[in-house]
Amino acid sequence: MVQKLLDRVKELPSALHGSKVVDSILRPGSPMKAGYSDSPRNRSYVIMNNVLYHLHPVKVKRHGVRLSYTLCLGGLSFFLFILLTITGIFLMFYYAPTAEAAYQDIQELSTSVAFGSLVRNMHRWGAHFMVLTVFLHMSRVFYHGAYKAPREFNWVVGVVLLLLTLLLSFTGYLLPWDQLALWAVTVGTNMASFVPVFGSQVQFTLLGAVAVSADTLLRWYVLHVLFLPFIIVIFMAIHFWRVRKDGGISGPL
Amino acid sequence: MAELPEHLLRRSAEAKAKALGISVEEAMAQLKGEAPPTPAPTPAAAAPEPEAQSAAVATAAPEAAPETNGHAPVVGDPTKATSVRPVAPAVGGPEGVRTQRLLTVVKAKAIQQTKAEPQDKVNTWPHLMIVEFASLLAVTGVLIILSIILQAPLLEAANFNATPNPSKAPWYFLGLQELLSYFDPQIAGVSIPTIVGLLGFMAIPYVDKNPSNKPSDRKVAIFMYTFFLMGSAVLTIIGVLFRGPGFNFTYPWNDGIFFDDLKDWVPIGLGDGH
Repeated sequence: MVQKLLDRVKELPSALHGSKVVDSILRPGSPMKAGYSDSPRNRSYVIMNNVLYHLHPVKVKRHGVRLSYTLCLGGLSFFLFILLTITGIFLMFYYAPTAEAAYQDIQELSTSVAFGSLVRNMHRWGAHFMVLTVFLHMSRVFYHGAYKAPREFNWVVGVVLLLLTLLLSFTGYLLPWDQLALWAVTVGTNMASFVPVFGSQVQFTLLGAVAVSADTLLRWYVLHVLFLPFIIVIFMAIHFWRVRKDGGISGPL
Repeated sequence: MAELPEHLLRRSAEAKAKALGISVEEAMAQLKGEAPPTPAPTPAAAAPEPEAQSAAVATAAPEAAPETNGHAPVVGDPTKATSVRPVAPAVGGPEGVRTQRLLTVVKAKAIQQTKAEPQDKVNTWPHLMIVEFASLLAVTGVLIILSIILQAPLLEAANFNATPNPSKAPWYFLGLQELLSYFDPQIAGVSIPTIVGLLGFMAIPYVDKNPSNKPSDRKVAIFMYTFFLMGSAVLTIIGVLFRGPGFNFTYPWNDGIFFDDLKDWVPIGLGDGH
């Protein structure tokens, strides 16, 4: 009796693997599908029949596959954005963007929430990483001359993405509402007041007040978790789409 | 009659000239209707290649095909040549006689011209995906280890009445903050970031008209970008490490580091500047 049950359990993975339910979930050519074989046709299907993978073309230029050509910097920037979104959503559960609660929430997150400290650290260091990878990606593209025709406009989109990355990082800088956040943002936004003619208006719009205050915290929180991610996703979509339409990876040199 | 494109006309004329043994210009003129059709060519003139002739005959005059009966056509036969020559549509021709007109002889090659050269390509799966997956895992691993070792900074709660000295921007803006101590804020805080940083960078592809992407052809561009890269790195490092209270110069090995983002990065012994 028990032996029979154990045998059933042993057969379970293979029974599941070919079952109709699992089969319906996986599209043709999925390497996880029962009976997948390595063939040129299936290699194409892996890319074509997967919603995430089909950002890629089925085939890429041979030199573009070498790690030393791109260092994966563009892909890593995108991956870090996803990682920051996931860790950021986790942080949102424990954070209220008010001057009274914000600092306290961050402290409690670090001390009394399971994995809270780890996730906050990952979010912070990941954000620094992303600024770095986006900047290095831009440098890589420059040194390869990959901004030249027909890719001129995608370079412009990329500069916008760098700006948005900096803004995302900078808006997030304020949210812990500690001395570091408050005064770094004060220094940063003081520069906005030197904009010719509209200086004080620009600064007021950024801060929601004449100086950094509780209103600034709410404003930057909304920018950080909603507005800027929304905008950057649109620009990323254009960026990735144009990479394909402009002929894929540039080069070879 | 609709105007035929020049290149089609030319091709037609070439075929015709070949079939009839006349010059291309003559055939062209005939096709354009500028000169009367030449009379039946003399045997000497009409010595086309056999296969061209037979193809033309087969296309032009199916009625004549039984006569040839699979044999090679008689070269220079005036009647054959006449049947091949374009004939005006027989409006009032005898009953039961159909004449057909040779429009063109199309050479046996693709009509569409392929412009893209075949490239050396490999399948994305698995060749690219494996590289991406490995680098993704590596970065995740480094990030998790870093996040376990290094605590993200959290200073005292925000206090509007206690300005820390120095107050520093995040590291990616510290190069700009450093510039602020050399130039007027209008220049360092506004003009340089928007005009040079944003608009200048966006304009790069439109300013750099050099089509080559070979490093040896782009020495000026590479020099300028590297200069920018080194310049911003130097300014940022000065801003992070060599600026102390009042944003005055300090040496990190004497006075410690005045940069709170680096609070937990500093090796024991260097201490922190507060």
